Amino acid sequence: MSNTKYILGSFADPDDLMHGIDKLQANNISIYDCFTPMPIHGIEAKLGVKPSRLPIAAFVFGALGTVLGFSLLFYTMAYDWPMNIGGKPSLPLPNFVPVTFEVTILICALGMVATFFFRNHLFPGRAPRVMDLRASDDRFILAVDARENADHALIDNLLKEAGAVEVKYNERKYVSYE
Amino acid sequence: MGTHNHHNDYNFSEQFKFAGIAKILSLVAIVVGIAAIAVGLLSSDHIMVERTYANLLLMGYYFTCVCAAGAFFIALQLVTQSGWSAGMLRIPQAMASVLPIASIVLLVIVTLGLTTHNLYHHWHAEGLMDPNSPNYDSLVAGKSAFLNVPGFLIRQIVFMGSYSILAFILAKLSYNEDLAGGLHSYKKSFKLSALFLVIFGFTTPIWSFDTVMSLEAHWFSTMFGWYNFAAMWVSGLAAIVVILILVKKAGYMSWVNENHLHNLGMLMFGFSIFWAYVWFAQFILIWYSNIPEETVYFYKRWEPEYKPWFWLSIIINFVAPLLLLVDRDAKRKSGMMLFVAILLLAGHWLDFYIMIMPGTVDAHRGFGFNEVGIAAGFVGLFTFLVLSKMSKHALAPKNHPFLQESIHHQF
Repeated sequence: MSNTKYILGSFADPDDLMHGIDKLQANNISIYDCFTPMPIHGIEAKLGVKPSRLPIAAFVFGALGTVLGFSLLFYTMAYDWPMNIGGKPSLPLPNFVPVTFEVTILICALGMVATFFFRNHLFPGRAPRVMDLRASDDRFILAVDARENADHALIDNLLKEAGAVEVKYNERKYVSYE
Repeated sequence: MGTHNHHNDYNFSEQFKFAGIAKILSLVAIVVGIAAIAVGLLSSDHIMVERTYANLLLMGYYFTCVCAAGAFFIALQLVTQSGWSAGMLRIPQAMASVLPIASIVLLVIVTLGLTTHNLYHHWHAEGLMDPNSPNYDSLVAGKSAFLNVPGFLIRQIVFMGSYSILAFILAKLSYNEDLAGGLHSYKKSFKLSALFLVIFGFTTPIWSFDTVMSLEAHWFSTMFGWYNFAAMWVSGLAAIVVILILVKKAGYMSWVNENHLHNLGMLMFGFSIFWAYVWFAQFILIWYSNIPEETVYFYKRWEPEYKPWFWLSIIINFVAPLLLLVDRDAKRKSGMMLFVAILLLAGHWLDFYIMIMPGTVDAHRGFGFNEVGIAAGFVGLFTFLVLSKMSKHALAPKNHPFLQESIHHQF
């Protein structure tokens, strides 16, 4: 057959996209991914996307921040050069709470952003990988892996029946380099 | 967006039937409360009478706070034009409608407490303001421009009166909306809510200075108002959650689902942390600066008769919701939410207990029939009044412009 790698259904309305997902799933055609300009309620459940594991990263970075913040205070205020401020003990735990808390939040937030960028391959200078340029503008894209699903005519029909404005046969996965 | 064009057939006109076990239990609780008050006030022991007054103030203040938090909830939803909450607004509206009664109850308690010298005796006693008297107290005399009996009573009446009137009108406008339809009620309530929030925001700190902080008139903290506001808002949210879950369990309000519970859970979780934040902000500044006139407050609460309760309050009101509600799924489970909401309601009772008791009965504090009975009585009164109010109107504001948005609310 052809060199088509991905078949993209381009929808103008999110309802039609949701309809398209139903139709493909009813015909046992696996969906590679969906790209939409804005979040659509219920689409994750429909596509069976697993919940994000970002909270786990957040917890780990937060715990790291707590340890770092507390270690910094402990080393500078109590261990290396014990400070006497206002006659308080040199390990004034209540005073450590605000700073430890702030460092926890800081490391947690920075770590989450870094994790998100890393997972999504969003590095500075990296050309973004986009399967359809209009997916960030006004189109709702439904991508089907053409090699896993052989019956291209059926896919074409189902997408158009569901209301796809355009069906593309892409030989390259990403179009954004061109 | 039209992604939710499935049809729903909810009966928005359904009405709550207040009968059976809920009604019997609330009436029994009221009787228990009256018995506890009678036993306490008729006691020949002076300390017992004072303890009864302290408990009456605690529960009267708590009752008013929870109802005021209901009004605050409605006003906040209207001003932020929130849609998610529209389907369950009838619960805070019922609480807001009860606010006038709660205010009158609290006003009677503080007036009686003041005139019988059972409450506020730190600043209201013979000769405190008179330089020639042996009782002269220069610190309290210096505060007398603010802290005097007419001023105190006028502030109580003006503050609670304005909250009550606005809360009552806000609830009334929504009930009228059911009959008339259109946007007239909504637009009018929007303006009134903005007015309410401004008045409420500026006056609740002063109101709590008067009602609770002046029990220990020598001490002051500018954080006290926000600390009380946090306690009030968390307990109000917890009361809404308890009513919502129990009413749903009885088979009503099928349009409210775990998504709405999730939102309430986030508010409860977030404001429990806010409560801890304000509590700690007040504590750390006093601890750090170590000025005797400020530390006296915490030294009193550090005495053996208060110390365990002082710590328990932080565990219940901060650590428990933090650990129990941090998980997303926990906020969507009605069993867990009900447990945490009841825990927080008990926790903020303890919070107010620790605020009020050292300034009134001090070392003679107790925990017995007086405390439990009066608390039960006020819970019964609150339940009876709020559920009676809820049973008089439809359970959904069917003409609310955001009702459809609320039904489709999703996380």
